[in-house]
Formats: sequence, structure tokens, C-alpha cells
Amino acid sequence: MPDNGSRLVLKDVGMDYRGVPALRDVNLDVEPGEFVTLLGPSGSGKTTTLNLIAGFFEPTYGDISIDGVSVTKLPPHRRNIGMVFQNYSLFPHLDVADNVAFPLVERRVSRAEREERVAAALDMVGLSGYGHRRPNELSGGQQQRVAIARALIYQPRLVLFDEPLGALDRKLRESLQSELRRIHRELGVTMLFVTHDQEEALALSDRIVVFDQGRIVQVGTTAELYRRPATPFVASFVGDSNLIRGHVVRSGDGFALDSPLGRIPLPVTADGRAEATVLVRPEHVKLRSERAGLALELQAEVEDVAFLGPFTLVTCRTEAGERIKMRSPAGEGETLLPGDRVDLGWESRHVLLLDDADTVAAPLSTTAIPKP
Amino acid sequence: MNASRKTRVVLSAIAIIVGVLLVAPTLVVIPMGFTDKRSLTFPPSGWSLRWYEEFFSNPEWIGSLGNSIAIAIAVTVLAVVLGTLAAVALVRSRVPASGAINLLALAPLVVPIVVVGVGVYAMFLQWRLVGTFFGFVVAHTVLAVPYVVITVSASLRTMDWGLLRAASSLGAGPWRAFRRVTLPQIAGGVAAGALFAFITSFDETVVSLFLASSELRTLPVQMYGSVTRDTDPTIATASSLILVITTGLLLATLLRRKKHA
Repeated sequence: MPDNGSRLVLKDVGMDYRGVPALRDVNLDVEPGEFVTLLGPSGSGKTTTLNLIAGFFEPTYGDISIDGVSVTKLPPHRRNIGMVFQNYSLFPHLDVADNVAFPLVERRVSRAEREERVAAALDMVGLSGYGHRRPNELSGGQQQRVAIARALIYQPRLVLFDEPLGALDRKLRESLQSELRRIHRELGVTMLFVTHDQEEALALSDRIVVFDQGRIVQVGTTAELYRRPATPFVASFVGDSNLIRGHVVRSGDGFALDSPLGRIPLPVTADGRAEATVLVRPEHVKLRSERAGLALELQAEVEDVAFLGPFTLVTCRTEAGERIKMRSPAGEGETLLPGDRVDLGWESRHVLLLDDADTVAAPLSTTAIPKP
Repeated sequence: MNASRKTRVVLSAIAIIVGVLLVAPTLVVIPMGFTDKRSLTFPPSGWSLRWYEEFFSNPEWIGSLGNSIAIAIAVTVLAVVLGTLAAVALVRSRVPASGAINLLALAPLVVPIVVVGVGVYAMFLQWRLVGTFFGFVVAHTVLAVPYVVITVSASLRTMDWGLLRAASSLGAGPWRAFRRVTLPQIAGGVAAGALFAFITSFDETVVSLFLASSELRTLPVQMYGSVTRDTDPTIATASSLILVITTGLLLATLLRRKKHA
């Protein structure tokens, strides 16, 4: 990989907005050439963080540095960062070529070189020959390609994306995602991508930073976030989940959770905690009739069966009224019907004890489908 | 269907009558300028170009027209620069007491013009600005700035400020972003403001009467003087010229905008 990307470091960054903390204690170290997604619901601080890096806001405290040089006090136009916005922000009075050439004019690049580089940049995003169109003559997807070309043409070593695909339909979004991955591979620049769409985050990133209520709650690779979510919030935001809350009790020489679903054995120690939340992914919920050696016995009634191709998503309701989701591989569970009584269970090793940082905000389960 | 057609006919008739009432007094002066008599009569009994000849050969008339145009151009430039900067400051930045400043900027529109004239005259006498080109320009600019503030503010309010963020992320400092993004976005408002500024100065009469001297007169002042002295039809010629210049400018701007839209 050529050395085209910047190292970005945020150290203890925070921002108060009108006296109210909007962002707290953000620490982040992005490797050169990495593709990192900032993921979280709206108002979680991810866009604020991006705007701080771009220089549109000034942090109340903390320091932002690029390649070891502090940029905290630099105005946006001196940071040499590329940025792509959700609403494209193309200049309506300029044609496509002049839009893409805009940053080159600011950098006093000669006309001949400008024309050459604009042609190459438009070619990279698949818009050769569109130079003389006006932005309002293009579709949303095409406009965002122009914006991407414009943000990359001056070879910034760090590029920020502020929910750039949010306004596009699903098919277009997916094709632009794979194009962004290709561009990232080819150029090797550091990319920071804000989204509230967990699927998009999983599809694009080397690492994901999960934001909630103005803080980073977890940083990790896609697999880490899925397999070892730190908190109920992350568990529910990344992938599909069953979250079960209860009291911690001693059980034999180990621990268990007294929950509305009954006593759930815990595979790890929970010493010193009175209450806890555990996560069981839907693919680990099994029918007792099809698997032996399950640690739990749970009677439930089938509420809904959704056939989703390679797997079936079965939603059940226990006698206590709790919903449990089960994701079965093709062939298992397909024959179930709403109203059927089933015996559910799971292996103890698939029960994950979560940190309790944000139990109040966490819903019992989410409906999105994870990437396998 | 029938009733609605009837209302439409009636409404059109009313519109035409109102239109004629508004325009007729202005249009009357055009034939009067072509009369062959020494007095103002309508309709003229015979036709000639002698009053146009008189207008363009008499240094008092042609000189005052030149003064009016020169002053109006200077006022336009000054008012557009000041008005645009004021509008940007009022709309864009969080200036303290921007509401009060906005009212102050628009005050010349509502203050009785004769009061402005007296006030300006009193101060300009002290400052020795009465009868000077600079004095006219300053006084007219005060009257013209509100129009620029209004038209430019209106176009600033519809502008997408995200474009300025984009410009700064692409390397444009505040001044460059203003020149390359804001200004083209508000060009329509600036042009309209410039037109209003020019016309405001070009046909300003009341304050100009206070400021005029025997050496420096604008066209409206010259016309007023002519009416009170000899009432010859040159005044109708001058009126026609003012009419042609102002409507010509207005039409040119409208047509240009239509072509761009």
C-alpha cells in the first residue's frame, strides 16, 4: 500500500454546545489508509466528531492531530481534508467540470493540468463526458459521484464522508458502497465515514466506532463488535439480538441470571454485580427437538415466521411475554406456523454477559438483519 | 363556467383601467415633447423635434443629464458595496442587535424625504458639501442602500449555506468562498439592488433640490427650475428621456433574468 493516507488522532476531545456537553472524551487513533466508520443514532455525536475534524466546529477541550501535527486551531480551508456531504453541496452555478476543478483553482494549478486531472477524476467515478452538465441535470447518485471526485482530486490524505449515501435508494447505495471500497483500495487514503446504517458500516469498514449519547461506546472490527459487543446498546445496534436482563445469582460453583425467562446459566464470572444484561444472538437460539445438550429450556409460542432465503427468522413469545428471535439455517424452522408451541434453548457458551453502561437506553431487541 | 368567465372579464377590465390610470400621466409627456408650440399642450397641434434639439444643445439640460448619470453610477457602486456587506453581516453572522441595525438600515425608506433633505442640507452646509458631486453621491447613497439591503438579504436567505462549508473544505478561505460561491448565488439580488439604487439616485428630487447649486444640478432639479421659470416643452422631452432610461434599464434586467432562469 503506497503511503497516501494520514494518521488521525483525537485525544480527549469534547465539545459543549450552549453549555451542554454534546461530545465527551473522544479518543480515537486512525491508522494511515484505514477505512473507519462512525456509527450511531442521530444525536449520538458522530457528525459532531466529523465536523470537529473538518474544522467547522472548535472543540471545547482536547486535541486533533493529523500526521502528528495539531490542526485544532486551523480553519477548515487550511486542513487539506476532503469532504463529501449528505446533500452533495455541488455549486449550482458551475458545471460539473468546474465543480471538480474548484479545489484545484484554489491551489493555483495551471489550466492545462486542471483539465487533465478533472478528466481523470471524472473517469474514476464513471462520469467521463459529463463535464459540461449542470449539477441539476444529474441524478442524485451522479451528483454524489461528482462530489466524490471533487473531494479526491486534490489528493487529500484524509477524506470525510457525512452520511453521503443517506439520500439514495438501496440499490444505488450498494453500488456506490462498492465503488467507494474500490476507490479506497486504489488510492490508499484514510477514510472516515459517518452513517447511522449498521449494514453500511459493516459493508464498508475496517473498523467501526460506535457512538451513543455523545460518547464512544466501542471501537472494533466488524467481527469484534458482533462477537463481543461491550454494551447492550452496541449489541442491539450492530446485528440482530436478544437482550435479557435479570438478577445475578450464585448457582452451584458458577453464576446464573434470574430473568423473566427463567434461570440462565452464565459461562463467566459475574462477581460483584447485582443485575446484568446478557446477549444471545438469534442464530444461537435452537429448537430443543433438533439439538441436544442445550443449557436452557424455554417454552414459547411462535408469533411470526419470516422466510429470508438462506435462513428463517422466527419470532417467539414466551409465557412471561418476552420476545425471543431465532434465526435458523435453511431447512430448520421453515415448517413452523404462528401459534405453534416450541421448546427453545441455547448453549451456555453463546450467552454473552454485557457491560451495564447503558441499560436504560437499550431496547430488548432490534429488527435489523446482520451480515453473516 | 359561465359565471367564472364573467368574473374573468370583469377582473380583466378592472385591471386594464387601473393599469391605464397608473401609466397614462406618464405617457402623456411623450407626445408633449414633440410639440411645435412654445407651451405645454395636449394633444399637440403640430409636431417637431425642436425641443429635443433644445435639450441636447442647451448646456444646462445636457449638463444636468450628465450630472445625473455620473452621480447615479457612483451611487450604484457605493450602495451595492455597502448594502451587500450590510446584508451579509445582518443575515449571515450573529451581529449583536442585528434587528435594530436592520431597522436602522431601512430607516431612509420611511423617514419623510423632506426631513432627510433638511437634515442633510443643515449638515452639508457646515461640511461644505452642498453643491458638490461628493455631497450628492453621499446623500443619494443613504437613500439607495436600503433597496440593496432588501434585495440582497432576500437572496441570501434562500441560499444554501452548506455550499460555503463545502467551499472551505475544498480550500477556499472566507473571502475566496464569498467571491466564488456566495456572490454568484446572490447575483440576482445584487443586480436588482443595483438597478433600484441607480433609479433612486437618478430621479431623486427633494434632497437634490436642497443640495443643488447653480454649478451643479441634476436633471430633476433642472426640470423643476424650468417649470417654475418658463414652462417650455423641453421639460416634457426631459421627462420622456428619464422614462426611457429607467424603463429601459428595468426591461433589460428583467429580460436578462428571464434568459438565465
